[in-house]
Amino acid sequence: MSEPVSQPIVEFRHVSIHFDENKVLNDVSFTVAHGETRILLGPAGGGKSVLMKIANGLMMPDEGEVFIFGQELSKLTENEMFAMRAHVGMVFQESALFDSLSVEDNVAYRLQEEHCPVQETHDRVVEALRFVELEKAIDKFPSELSGGMRRRVSIARAIVSKPDLILYDSPTGGLDPITSNTIIELVVKQRDVSKTTSLLITHRLQDAFTLATHRFNQETGHMEPIPDGGIDPSTQFLVLNEGHVVFDGSTEELVRTDDPWLRSFIS
Amino acid sequence: MPFASPEALAKKIIGSVQEYSLLSARAVGNLFSKPRYIADTFTQMDSIGFGSVPIVVLTGFFTGCVLALQAAVSLKEFGAVNMTGRLVSLSMVKELGPVLTGLMVSGRNTSGMASELGSMKVSEQIDAMRALGTDPIRKLVAPRLVASVVMLFFLTIIADACGTAGGAAVSVLLLRLNAGEFLHTSYMALQYGDVVEGLVKPLFSGFIIATVGCYYGLKTTGGTRGVGQSTTQAVVVASVSIILCDFLVTQLMIGIFGR
Repeated sequence: MSEPVSQPIVEFRHVSIHFDENKVLNDVSFTVAHGETRILLGPAGGGKSVLMKIANGLMMPDEGEVFIFGQELSKLTENEMFAMRAHVGMVFQESALFDSLSVEDNVAYRLQEEHCPVQETHDRVVEALRFVELEKAIDKFPSELSGGMRRRVSIARAIVSKPDLILYDSPTGGLDPITSNTIIELVVKQRDVSKTTSLLITHRLQDAFTLATHRFNQETGHMEPIPDGGIDPSTQFLVLNEGHVVFDGSTEELVRTDDPWLRSFIS
Repeated sequence: MPFASPEALAKKIIGSVQEYSLLSARAVGNLFSKPRYIADTFTQMDSIGFGSVPIVVLTGFFTGCVLALQAAVSLKEFGAVNMTGRLVSLSMVKELGPVLTGLMVSGRNTSGMASELGSMKVSEQIDAMRALGTDPIRKLVAPRLVASVVMLFFLTIIADACGTAGGAAVSVLLLRLNAGEFLHTSYMALQYGDVVEGLVKPLFSGFIIATVGCYYGLKTTGGTRGVGQSTTQAVVVASVSIILCDFLVTQLMIGIFGR
């Protein structure tokens, strides 16, 4: 998708949505710039997953406007929406792998839908699975995988088409700390190697700060802290509480905030 | 469970009918544009059609057997036992074949569709499909719709044949009727309108089975419990709708063919 670099990849303008009497998002506005990694934090039930689904057009807001790659979602037809989603990768909270398909077919799903040649599809699937270090699981079915492996396959499925935007909905939710670290390392790797714009929900503050303070070393093939206590400039934060944006800014601004609620939340 | 106000209940029902109509219209509309999922359609035909053959054969055969037994008792009082074949074939072809096949396939496949799609819905696989650029109605509903309509048509023919064979078996083996006479009266009893009526009904039943099963599957919420509720509701609604539709089509056919 060839949008100007200065134009935000994601832009929410005064977005609100409610279910029955419950207002889940209330006047939410923010932007995600090209190459930025935006981390969404907030208590459970704060509307983060709903926001993520709105960003991919899976839900439509009751009020406000959402622009993805400069296109306003409410003005797109269903077919135009499917075309827009071809440029967006999404990692779901519970992986959402197709349980009747093998790992290879899950990862290849989008390429098969686009009628990509068989050999090219296979090569790209192997490449994506190698990125998440799961190429040996190519013939397995989702039911044969652990939670962490399923999450990694989900990441491979999201990146196989080399999207311009990746949406991670709690990629470490429900995983043990070691597996969570592996997943975060993959997110950092994707950010630093492919420079893909991303929106990431997490409930684990340590994951958020790992993302902000680490980088991927392509020579060693591992994640490492940014020297001299440095902070990744492309990583920004958005904190939601009860449907409202309570913080929108950089890592430094977040850790130096004076807001008592935010201080207690991040402490 | 709190009672809903009449207004809220009416809104809910109208909303459901609207959603069901939109889903059905989109599924039908998708048949006329690309991409079409031909392989998925054949997979569904195998599952819905060939998978249902045993229950349709058994149901049809034993319904024909019972029909012959019951008919013979009544016809005997009028000295018309040799009309058993006529009664069996007319009943099977016009009514019992299409309706029982619809109900049996509904019990087997509406529940299957609702639970499969419901499980996909609650595990976010439907959202994942949309996120990956695929229209779930085109990929999941349209193939099931085509497969149900086409296969129910042929399953009904099988049920009709098995029912007539069951009736013949009982007539020949238990009632000591002449096999040739039974088959002759069966054949002669049927007119063009009867066959058309019997073959139009499964087209509607197939449509109901697929659309109701998929509708309840796709609107599932509330985890595994929700899947169970959707499955039950789908089978109940599909079964009642098939019988209601049978009544309406019968009325229409009587209006057209006069019998």
